[in-house]
This record gives sequence, structure tokens and C-alpha cells, in this order.
Amino acid sequence: MNDFPFLSILTLLPLVGAVVVAFIPRARAELAKLVALGWSLVVLVLSVVMWIAFQTGGDRFQFRESYAWIPSWDARFTFAADGIALVMLMLIAVLFPIVILASWRDVEQSKRSVPTYFALLLAFEFTMIGVFAAADIFLFYVFFEIMLIPMYFIIGSFGGPRRQYAAVKFFLYSLVGGLFMLAAVIGLWVVGGHTFDFAKLTESAAAIDQDTARWLFLGFFVAFAIKAPFFPFHTWLPDAGGAAPAGAAALLVGVMDKVGTFGILRYCLPLFPEASRWFAPAALVLAVIGIIYAALLAVGQNDLKRLVSYTSIAHFGFIGIGIFAFTTQGGTGSVLYMVNHGLATGLLFIVVGMFVARRGSNLVSDFGGAGKMVPVLAGVLFFAGLASLALPGTAPFISEFLVLIGTFTVHKTYAVIATAGIILAAAYVLWMIQRTTQGTLNPVLPTVPAMRRDITLREKIVVAPLILLIVLFGFYPKPLTDVINPAVQATMQDVGVQDPAPVVANERVAR
Amino acid sequence: MGDLKLPAIDYGALAPMLILFGVACAGVLAEVLVPRRSRNAVQLALAFLGIAAAFIAVIVFVQNGSRGVTIGGAVAVDGPTLFLQGALLVLGAVSLMLIGERSLERGGTFVSQAAITVGSQKDVKQAGDQPGLTEVYPLTMFALGGMLLFVSANDLLTMFVALEVFSLPLYLLCALARRRRLLSQEAALKYFLLGSYASAFFLFGVALIYGFSGGISLAQVHEAVVNPQNSQVLLYAGLALLAIGLLFKAALAPFHVWTPDVYQGAPTPITALMAACTKVAAFGALLRILYVAFDGVRWDFQPVLGTVAVLTMLVGAVLAVTQTDMKRLLAYSSIANAGYLLVGVLALNPEGLSSTMFYLVAYGFSVLAAFGIVTLVRDADGEATHLSRWAGLGRKSPLFAATFTFILLAFAGIPLTSGFTSKFAVFGAAVEGGQTWLVIFGVITSMLIAFPYLRVVVMLWLSEPGESTPTVSIPGFMTSAALAIGVLATLALGVVPAPLIDLTRDAAQFVR
Repeated sequence: MNDFPFLSILTLLPLVGAVVVAFIPRARAELAKLVALGWSLVVLVLSVVMWIAFQTGGDRFQFRESYAWIPSWDARFTFAADGIALVMLMLIAVLFPIVILASWRDVEQSKRSVPTYFALLLAFEFTMIGVFAAADIFLFYVFFEIMLIPMYFIIGSFGGPRRQYAAVKFFLYSLVGGLFMLAAVIGLWVVGGHTFDFAKLTESAAAIDQDTARWLFLGFFVAFAIKAPFFPFHTWLPDAGGAAPAGAAALLVGVMDKVGTFGILRYCLPLFPEASRWFAPAALVLAVIGIIYAALLAVGQNDLKRLVSYTSIAHFGFIGIGIFAFTTQGGTGSVLYMVNHGLATGLLFIVVGMFVARRGSNLVSDFGGAGKMVPVLAGVLFFAGLASLALPGTAPFISEFLVLIGTFTVHKTYAVIATAGIILAAAYVLWMIQRTTQGTLNPVLPTVPAMRRDITLREKIVVAPLILLIVLFGFYPKPLTDVINPAVQATMQDVGVQDPAPVVANERVAR
Repeated sequence: MGDLKLPAIDYGALAPMLILFGVACAGVLAEVLVPRRSRNAVQLALAFLGIAAAFIAVIVFVQNGSRGVTIGGAVAVDGPTLFLQGALLVLGAVSLMLIGERSLERGGTFVSQAAITVGSQKDVKQAGDQPGLTEVYPLTMFALGGMLLFVSANDLLTMFVALEVFSLPLYLLCALARRRRLLSQEAALKYFLLGSYASAFFLFGVALIYGFSGGISLAQVHEAVVNPQNSQVLLYAGLALLAIGLLFKAALAPFHVWTPDVYQGAPTPITALMAACTKVAAFGALLRILYVAFDGVRWDFQPVLGTVAVLTMLVGAVLAVTQTDMKRLLAYSSIANAGYLLVGVLALNPEGLSSTMFYLVAYGFSVLAAFGIVTLVRDADGEATHLSRWAGLGRKSPLFAATFTFILLAFAGIPLTSGFTSKFAVFGAAVEGGQTWLVIFGVITSMLIAFPYLRVVVMLWLSEPGESTPTVSIPGFMTSAALAIGVLATLALGVVPAPLIDLTRDAAQFVR
């Protein structure tokens, strides 16, 4: 079963779908939606089959495929997935149909073409799957850059009032990062023996001169830090997240930003182990600042979508400290966090989108007591908020806990400061919920006809799988950790760090 | 003394140039002999046939495999020569499609008689309906022939003659716009004056180099550079003056100032011809001079030309941001691209040679498509090139806007376009050649110049159409073909660049 070319088919399938949907005439909007949904479900089914075919105890990289592309540069269409990529691919496959269904009515409000929107979503899925499935740095870079294009048009054409500004800012920030990475990719190609193959490069990586490696690391890291985004490269995200349609925003923070943290884990750490260790203190500081700073900004936000974007930046700080703690627990926690954050924040964005669509405004102050009008929807928002603040029993709790203990074993100070982020998370989520759904009813709300309609069947179908998964992984994360753990251990081995956890444990036992 | 020996002439090697010059002369005759009504068709057919025949001649010569110098060392026929000649012919053919387009407006892009006073009754009449000049075809053929000679010239005098042969027709062609004729004539005059200065510098440089090396063939110069017998001052002064002449043609800072004015004023198909073909010719000659003749002093000119490259990229990128006219924007973009090309040249290794040649071809196709699109956006007064006029064109003509967006993404170096692969190639070669600092600047300027491109994309798609938004004309057959070729080449060289990369690698071997 492992000979089946899962990854290339999985990558190309949405592209074909995008082309098909793009050619559906504007008048047949419903058909376009159905085709897009069906197509993303086929991708989901294929991903599930791939998940089953993945051998948990097997090789680190599985489903490897490689086809010639540009022989003189040794750039190849090489696909391979380790456990980290596998869970991310699965997350993508799950989120896309949900987002497509959640965006069912979004586009009608603008005057733009419906098939175009769904074609762009599928094109975006193509680039997302490609970027996680690539095992050739050239190919990875190609996907890393072209994923901007569908998202740029989604934000720019279908977004909110400040969409032009947000789209351009988003594109330029990412492009700047991408070009830093381009310089690093070229440098790596030259010093790494004229190949782009990830496997070969990890072997020759040790021979790279120390200073060169640090510069190259920096090139990659800046690109990923902008993408993630880490403080201080984060300012594009609130604009983009605030302006994007809710579904697209869910994908933006749920999937696309993970490319940054995934890139650090997959490329920065194994390729430049010494440089990673050298830069780790700086990265940790940035991550911790990000946790606190973004959480404080989130507390002060009056725009729901911007608020969720800021919470997301804070969460990426957690992922960052987990990665740069260089412990298996921290790393596993981070990867798990990437998945759970995709589910929880994706859900939060989608639910916020439902509120915004009803009220016609993003502003927290335009709500107030909405729970009295749409009790079920308010309940879902409450659940999404709790998941987002990592309440025990929801999936994000496990990952946040793992990250914190993984970090605590090596960097107590950072772990302690980061824990303060949890308190702030409770503050921004609960205040947001209080000001929108609880308290006295905003007298304007009953005059908005759409606010009288509670959650619809379609919306129930949208949120149900996410809620289920969040609860399931909150109690039983083993299916995920079994896949993630070996990959993270292998990555930590590449970095050349011993897991300190057992040592610390022994000391404690000794005491 | 006395017995003059005629050098051996390899007619097969010279055939492409001879064909083009022959066709150009035939075109001049046709001006006289063919009745006016059918003149355009005859000239166009003649020009295409000439280019096709010349291209076949190049292919035949590639097949027979002989490389070397001929007519007494004046012309070198080697991999780069043949590759660049082939590239010039293909790009020239595509330019010719734009030049030959007559369906976009009555009579085509060119003035019916260049001597009519601007603004007079006759001028109004000619702009209205009279058929355009057909002398443009022989002029184009002369220019192309000169370019072919320029990239193959193996001694400095031949190179100078070739420079003049291709420059003079271009000066003329610039002045022949049907509308905005004053702008066009001003552009031509500016180009001519500055171009003559540049030629004079070049010639002065040739004289100094002759004084230094006692010969004008590149092989002799190479000898003298490796074993200097005379004062090095002559060498450096001569090289500097030669370089000024070439930098001018290649539009490299600080010799780029003519570019925006000329690109804006010249008839758009001629701008396309200059942006694509002149660039190939100028860089072809620059490569040959630096790689063949002055390789021995590479450590001396590398930092100087490196500074020129950085300056060019910065000037092009920064000034592109402030432009409000599409043709000027593309002109500054072409300046920035000249900077990237120079980065490739300065790698001074075989990769540098092959990647520069790859870049020239890739950029040529994209820029032809870009200017081809500019010819389509029109209102009652001809082309509407002001940026603000392009707002909202994506709503009215999505296919057109998508095409232009794609080309802009290629200029910005987004993957899956030739802009990315070619940039990757030159930057890779430069890092290989130890010129990492140039690559750093290249990357930084790529970020800067992405902004103006993106601004145009925003204009096209995200802005609301204004009342005065011009229409996008339905392109005629030839413009459509040129656009299709340009866009498909941009896509193909981005997705499957391997064949052309291999071709440039095989060709990357100069003879002396």
C-alpha cells in the first residue's frame, strides 16, 4: 500500500479541482460550491486512507516519491511525509471541507464571482498540501511562495473593508520573508553540494562552516518567523485575519501559519543544528514576548477577528518555546499544538464569522447579550473560546501542558513567564465572551433580523466535527502523539540535543 | 608588404547576418518597387521569411558542429554566439509580430510620414487613417542583423561597427510613433545624442586598448592583459571607456537615464524590441568582452561593476516605486533586471555565462508580453499608459488582467514563472562565483520592486473601475500570437526550465 503515490496525488487533486471549479460559469454558483465541497471531501478520504497506510513504527519519512524536474540543479519533485507532516496534512484535509461549507453563503454578500472564490480555496489547498508534502527544498520554496497568490486574491477580492491594505501587507510581508529564504536556499544549495534533496542535505549539513550555517539559518528563520508569525514580525496577521473572510481567516491561522513553525522544525533544526542551538535563546525570548504581548493586545481588541488573530499570535509563542526548548516533550507538544490550534482557532474563527455574518459588524461593542437571541451559537462560541484558552478536557490543554513541562525541564524562567500567558488567555477569551454573548442585551440586536436565527443545520454540520475532534483529542491524543513522537525524536537527534527529561527525573528521584 | 592575403570566410557562420542584411536591402528596394497598397504585407512577409531563414541558418550551423573564428578573427562563432543569435531571432520575430500589428488602430502604430509637422492639418489627417510607414521593417531587419553581429564580434572594431549598425535604425524607429509624436521625437533625439556619446566613449576605449595591446582582436587583448607590455593605465582607462559604451546600451546605472524617456516615447512595439533584443545584444557583447578579453583583470573590474550592479538594481527598484506611467514603470523594471543580469555576468564562471543567457531569453519573452499588453489598453487618443487609468480593468477584461498579472508575478520572481527560475539561476551562479554580496542586494531590491508590481495588480483587480477606464482592444492575430508566445514561454521556463538550462549550459563555451 505504501507504493501508492499518495502525496503527489493528494497535492495535485485540489489543483485539478480548482481548475474545474474555475471553469464553472458564474451563474451556476450552487454547482461550484457542491463540486468544491465534493472535491475537498475526496481529498479528505484519500488523506484518511493515507493516515491508515502510515506505519507508526516505520521509517521516519514515508510515501517517498521522487521525479526528475531540473536535473542540472538537482531539483526534483520529491514528496515524503514524516509524522509531523502527516498530522498537518490531515489537519488540512479536515479543515478545508469544513471551511468550504462554512463559507457557503459568504460570497453572495459581495458582488464577486462565487466559483472564483471556491476555486481559489481549492488552489490554496493545493499549495498547502504541497508545502507540507515536499521533501525537496526547491519544491518547498516554490509552494512556500505560490501559496501567497490564492490567499492574496481571497483577502483582496472577498475580504472586509480594509481588504486591499491587508492583502498587500500580507503579500509583501510574506514575500520579504520568502526572499530572505531564497537567498538562504541558494546559499545552502551552493555549500550543501548542489542538491535540494532534504535527505542528502541533512547528511552534508554537518560539514557547513559555522558562520555560513548561522547566516543560512537566519535566512530560513526570518521567513518562517514572518509566516508563523512570531513577535516582532506579526503585524500583518491582525490586518490579514481581520480583513479576510472568516473561513479564509480560519485557514490563514489554522493552516498557513503552521508552515512557519513546521518549516522551523523540518528545515531550520535538522539542517543547521549548531546554529539552531546558538539562536535558541533569542528565539525563546521572542516567543515569550509574543505570548505576553499578543495576549495583552488581544485583551484590548474591540474587533472580533483581530482579537482572534492576536490570540493566535500568542499561541504561536507557545509553539515557539516548545520547539526551541529542544526536548521531545516540548517538540511533541508544539506539533500537537499546531494541530489543536488549527482545530480550536479554526472553530473560533468560523463561529466568530457566523456572528459577524449575522450582525454585519466585527466589533465586540456591537454585540452584547447575544446569547439571549442565539443561545446555541453562543454556546458554541463559548466552547470554542474555552478550547482556545486550553481548558482541561479540550485538546489544546494537552499540547499547552506538554509544551510547558517540556520547556520547564530546561528553561524554568521562560516556562514560568509563559504560564502567565494562560491567565491572560483566560482574560481575553472570557471578556470577549462576556461582552458579546452575556450581560444585558444590546438594544440594537433585536432590530437585526439575521440575529434572530440561531444556528442552522449547515452551521451545525460545520462545527460538529471540530467540536468532536477537540473533545476526542482532549481525552485521547494517543493517535496523534504516536505519529508525532518518533518524528520529533528524530528531529531532536538531528539537532544533537540529549533529552534532559530523564536526567532531571533521576535527580528528583535521587533527592 | 604588398601581397594582401584575403582571410578565409566561413559563409555558413555569417549566413544569418548576411540573410538579414540582404532582406533589409531587399526591403528598401521593395519600398520603391511594390505599390503602396500591398507594401505592408510584402514587407512583413519578407521580414518574417528573412528571420526564419536566418534562424534556419543558425540551426544548420549548430548542427554541423564547427566552432571557431572566421574572416580573420573578426567574428567568433561559438556556443554563446549561436545561442544568442538564435535567441535574438526568436525574440525579434515576436517583436516583429507586435511591430506588424495593423488591426489595433487604423494604419498601425507608426506614423505615415515622419516628416509631417507635428500638430499640422496633415498630422491630424495622418493620425486619423493613413497607413503607417513600412520602412520600419527594413530598419528592424538592419537592427537585428547588427545585433547578431554584435554578439559574435570578436574584435573591437567589428563590435563598434555592429554597435552602430544596430543603434542607428533603433534611433530612427523610436521617432516614428503615430501619436504623441513630440514625445516620440524627443525620445529619439535623446537616445541618439546619448547613444552617440556612448559610441564615442566606446571608440575611444577601443583606441586606448589598441594602444595597450597593439591589436584589436579579443585574443590579442587577452594576451596583452595576461602579459602586459604597456602601461596598465591604458588598460584600465580603455576598459572603463569600453564598459561605458556597453553599460549605456544595457541600461545600467549610472548610464540608464535615457531608458525611461525612450521607453515611454518610442512606439510600444519598438520599446518591446529594445527591451528584449537590445538587452540580449548588449549583454552578449558585455559577456564576450569580460569573459574573453579581460578575464585576466577580473579582480579589478569585479568590484567596480559589482557596484554598478548594486546601483542599477537599487535605482531601478526604488524609482519603479514612484512611477505613474506603465511604460516608465516597465522601463525602471527593465533597469532593475539589467542589474540582475549583471549579477549573473559578474559570477565570471560558466554558470554565470549560462544563467545570464537563460535570464536574457526568459526576460525577453516576459517583457515582450508585457509591452504587448500595453499596446492593447487604449482610448480614443491611443494607448492609455497612465497607471490610474488601468484601475479596475480586471472587472472588464479578466483574461487580459490575468495575463498581465501573471507577467507581473514573473517580474516579481514568483515561482512557477520564468522570472523565478532565471533569478535563481543568476543568483546561484553569483554565490558560486563568490559574489554573495551582490545576491544580498539582489534579494533586497527584489523585495522593493515587488511593491510597484503588486500595486498594479491591486489596481487591476481590487480597484473600482473609473469613468475614464480605457478599453482593452481585441488583439489582432499577430499581437495575440506574440502575447501567447510570451506568456507560454514565461510559464514553460518557470515550470520546465530544464531543456533551456541544459541548452545554455552546453552553449556556455567561448572561443578566443
